[in-house]
Amino acid sequence: MTTANRTLRRKQREPLSDASLLTLIAIGIFVVMYAAAVIFMGGAFQKVQQFLDLFNENAALIIIACALTVVMIGGGINISVGGIIGLTCMACAKFLEYSAPANSTLAVLLTVALALGVGLAFGLFEGFMVSYLEIQPFIVTLAGMFLARGLTTILSVNPVKVTHEGFQALVKTKLQIPWLGYTAKNGNLIPAKLEIGAIIAVAVVAAVWLMLRYTRLGRGIYALGGNRQSALMLGINVKSVCFRGYVISGLLAGLAGLVFLMHKPAANASIAMRSEMDAIAASIIGGTLLTGGVGNVIGTLFGVMILAAIQKIIGLSPLNESWWQDMASGAMLGIFILLQSVILNRRGKGGTKDMQADRG
Amino acid sequence: MDKKKESIWKRMGIGQLAIPLTALALLFLFNLIRDPGFFSVVVNINNSGNPVLGGNLISVINSASELAIISMGMTLVTAACGGQDISVGAVGAISASVFIKLLIGMGNVTAGTLTVATLACIATAVAFMMFNGTLVSVFRIQPMIATLILYSCGRSIAYWITGSATPQVDSPIITAIGMTIPGIPVPTPVFMVILVGVILAVIFKRTNTALYTQSVGINQGAARLNGISPTAVKMLAFGLLGVCVAVASVIATCRMSQVSHKTLLVDIEMDAILAVAIGGNSLGGGKFRMSGSILGAYIITMLTVTLLAMGINSVNIKAYKAVVIIIIVGAGSPVIKNRMILWRNRRSAAAVKGGAAS
Repeated sequence: MTTANRTLRRKQREPLSDASLLTLIAIGIFVVMYAAAVIFMGGAFQKVQQFLDLFNENAALIIIACALTVVMIGGGINISVGGIIGLTCMACAKFLEYSAPANSTLAVLLTVALALGVGLAFGLFEGFMVSYLEIQPFIVTLAGMFLARGLTTILSVNPVKVTHEGFQALVKTKLQIPWLGYTAKNGNLIPAKLEIGAIIAVAVVAAVWLMLRYTRLGRGIYALGGNRQSALMLGINVKSVCFRGYVISGLLAGLAGLVFLMHKPAANASIAMRSEMDAIAASIIGGTLLTGGVGNVIGTLFGVMILAAIQKIIGLSPLNESWWQDMASGAMLGIFILLQSVILNRRGKGGTKDMQADRG
Repeated sequence: MDKKKESIWKRMGIGQLAIPLTALALLFLFNLIRDPGFFSVVVNINNSGNPVLGGNLISVINSASELAIISMGMTLVTAACGGQDISVGAVGAISASVFIKLLIGMGNVTAGTLTVATLACIATAVAFMMFNGTLVSVFRIQPMIATLILYSCGRSIAYWITGSATPQVDSPIITAIGMTIPGIPVPTPVFMVILVGVILAVIFKRTNTALYTQSVGINQGAARLNGISPTAVKMLAFGLLGVCVAVASVIATCRMSQVSHKTLLVDIEMDAILAVAIGGNSLGGGKFRMSGSILGAYIITMLTVTLLAMGINSVNIKAYKAVVIIIIVGAGSPVIKNRMILWRNRRSAAAVKGGAAS
C-alpha cells in the first residue's frame, strides 16, 4: 500500500507513463481483491500467514516471472523456464538422493551450484541461438523446453523424493515472525512463517528491479526492446545485451527450480508444467508488453500475487474446482489485456501499429 | 555440390523448401541405412475383416493428419498477424466437446446427426477463433497474448461443456472417420488432409486471399492505404484456422471414439508453430508457403515415428526431437545462410583466380 502511494505521489509530478499506469492498476486490483477477501470471506484470510503463503507457495513463479519480464522487455520470449524448473528439480533431487556427500553444507552448496549450472547452460545456449544466430526466440525456447522436459524424463520417469538430511534441514528452516502470528485455540502463539524460497524471491525482485533501472545492461534491455534499430544506432551492442538477457533468464529459471525443490522436496516429470504461461500472464498483468521496451518487475510481482490470490480465493470458496480457477484466471487475464489495449490505443502512442510486428 | 543443387532448386522455384526437403530426405536416408524394413507397407485385416494398410510410413501419414490440417490454418494466421495462435489445442478440445455432446444427446449416430454435430463443431471453433481474431485485429493485441486467454482456460471450458471426464461415443461411422472406411485400405484422415488442402488451394487460386494476407502481414499500413481491410483479412485468417481446428478435432475425436478434455490435441499448438517455422515461413508474418508448413508437419511426425521405431521411450522423445529441431532451424538461420553464401562466393572467386593463373 505504501509503495503504491509513494509511486503515485512521485509520478504525479511527472506525467504518468503507460507502464506505471498499468502497474498501478495491477497493484490497485490486488489490494481491492485481497481486501474484499479479508472482509467477505474472513476466516483464513484474516491471518497474516495467508498473505505470506502467497509468497511461500509462489516463490518459484515469482522468480520465473521476473526472468520473463527481463526477456519480454528486451523484445523476446522464453517459454523454456518451466522446463528448466522441472529439469533442475529432477537433477538436484537425483543428486541429493544418490551421489551427494554426507557433509550437509557441502551437499547443499553443490546442489545450489548444480541448479544454477543447469539454468546457466540453458541460458547460454538459448542466448547464443537467439542473439548470435538470429533464430526466432519462440522456436529456440520451444526447443529448449522440449529438451529440458525430455532430459527430465531421461533422468527419471518415476518421482524422486529428497530425504537428504542437510537439504531437509534447509527446507525446514523458516523465518519466524512472532508479532505477525496469531493465537491458536489452545492459547499457543503460532508465529507467522516465511520460507527461505520466499525471501530469495523477494530478493530476486529487488535485484532485477535495481538491475533494470540502474545498470547499463538494464537500460540496454529497455532500449533493445523499444527499438532495436535505434539501440544499434546509439552504439549499444544489441547482440550482447540480448544474449545477457537470456543468460539472466536461464540463471533465474535454475534458481527457481532450486526454490521449487525447497518448497516441496520431491521431483517428478510434470513439475511446473505450463508455468511459463503463468509467468507470461503475470508479466502482462503487471504491465509488461510482449512487444518490448515497456514494463517493470514490481508490476510482475503483483501480477503473480493477483493470479495466486485468485487461486486462493476460489480454493476457499464453494466453487473449489480447478476449472473454476482456470476460468477466473483466464477472465482476469482477458480484462487486463483489454485494459492495456484500450489504454495504449487511447493514448495513440503510435506504438499500437507495431504491436503487430513480431520482433523475431 | 551445394551450388549445383541450389541452382536446380531455384529453377524449380522451391528455394524456401530447400531446408525442409533436405531434412526429410536425410530422415528417409537415415531410416534406409538404419533399417530398410522401416518402409515396408503391409496389408493387415482389421477386426471387422476389412483390409487396412499398416507400417511405419502409413502411420506417419495417418498420424500427421491433425497436425498438417492445423498447421495450414496456423500458416495463414502467422502470415496475416505476424504472431501465432497458441490456443488451437484448447479450442480443439472445446469444439470436440460440443461435437461429442451433440452426438450423445441426439442418440444414435447417423449421417444426419453427424452432419449437424460437425457443423456445430465448426461453428463453435470459428466462434472462439473469432474471439481471438477480434482481440488481435480490433483491439490490436499481440496474437500470442490474445490467445493465451483461451490457452489457459479453454480446456476448462471443454470440461464444463462435457460435464464429465471422458464422454464416449461408439458407432461404425465414427470408426470410419477416425480409422478407415470399410473397403478402402487408406486411413480416412489422410483424405481429410487432402480435402482441406484442396479447398484452401482453390480459395487461394480463385481469390486474392493469399495476396491480401501477405500484404497485410508485410505492411499493414500500406495494405490499408491500398484498400485492403487488415481487420477483415485477419478475421478471415482466424476463421479459416477455426475451420481447420474443428476438422482436426473431429478427426481426433473419431480416432479415439472419446473426448478427454485434458489430452485431446494436447501440445499441438507448439508442433503446429514448429511446422510453420520448419517449413521456412517467417514467424514475423508476410510471405508464406503453405506447402512448407504441411511438409513441416510431416517432418515432425516422421521424426517422432523414427525415434519410436528406434526403441526410444515415448516420454523421452522430446529431448531428441529438440536436438533435431535445433539443427533444422539452425541451418535455416539468416546468419548461417549468409556465412554459406560468403564462403561459396569466396570459393568460386578462388577457383576463377586459380583458373586465370594456370
